Amino acid sequence: MKSALASLFAGLLFGIGLIVSGMANPEKVLGFLDIAGLWDPSLAFVMGGAVIVGLFAFAIARKRTLSFLGFSMRVPGQSHINKRLVIGGLLFGVGWGIAGICPGPGLVGVGAGEIKSVVFVASMVAGMGLFELIERMRAGKPAQGWSTTAQE
Amino acid sequence: MIDIAWSSFTPWSALVGGVLVGLAAASFLLLNGRVAGISGILGGLLSPSSGDTSWRIAFLAGLIGAPAIWVLSAELPPIEIEAGYPALIIAGLLVGVGTRYGSGCTSGHGVCGLSRLSPRSLAATVSFMFAGFLTVYIIRHVLGV
Repeated sequence: MKSALASLFAGLLFGIGLIVSGMANPEKVLGFLDIAGLWDPSLAFVMGGAVIVGLFAFAIARKRTLSFLGFSMRVPGQSHINKRLVIGGLLFGVGWGIAGICPGPGLVGVGAGEIKSVVFVASMVAGMGLFELIERMRAGKPAQGWSTTAQE
Repeated sequence: MIDIAWSSFTPWSALVGGVLVGLAAASFLLLNGRVAGISGILGGLLSPSSGDTSWRIAFLAGLIGAPAIWVLSAELPPIEIEAGYPALIIAGLLVGVGTRYGSGCTSGHGVCGLSRLSPRSLAATVSFMFAGFLTVYIIRHVLGV
């Protein structure tokens, strides 16, 4: 219950942050990605502002084994860079470039009642389902070594 | 070389919004002990092994509920989506598969990964940024859509 309330608060604040920053608007995100056109650097400032706060948060988290609500700290332990990470990133980037929408702003758009955001998010969930299906088929085969699906 | 769109560049609201996103990720981390990676939180709901659905749904409900809270005090800024439906479907599928295959998106690898100085997340962020820049370049300046 405590963790659900904290999650609700964090999700709400995240969404408000996306709206304030302008990143809930895909056209503004595309303005950042269009470096050869009239370039809008705003997205870099959003990342900068978020990372400055995040650096402090992770510095605190690193010294703790339990969260302030008493849950164990589950920070990703993987550090290797593999083909899977890069190919996944590239596929995501192509989709991001086509519509200017990544998962967070997509969900905020759904909340704003945008039909196009609903279509995007439904397709994204279908893509995630497709991934699960492929993973399970792969896991069915012996000695593939696809054990890690932990998200960053 | 690079032409800045001064009329649409909003450094202050971008910075303030970014700090709020950072505070959201920080509170999620320090209260729940988890990394606020949106693709992972959503994708984890599709994986049957996780018996931890309530906090995932709560986080997503907060994100989806943000516009409703926003309109209580101010008008919602415009959400402009130029892409047509076929493009949105292709984009959604690519984002869904790509973020799960690459273990994260703009929040998990971008915001949180860079905040914890993870070389792995930096590599992922460079990958999706590069692909994003290239895709928009091809669509707008090669195909001229």
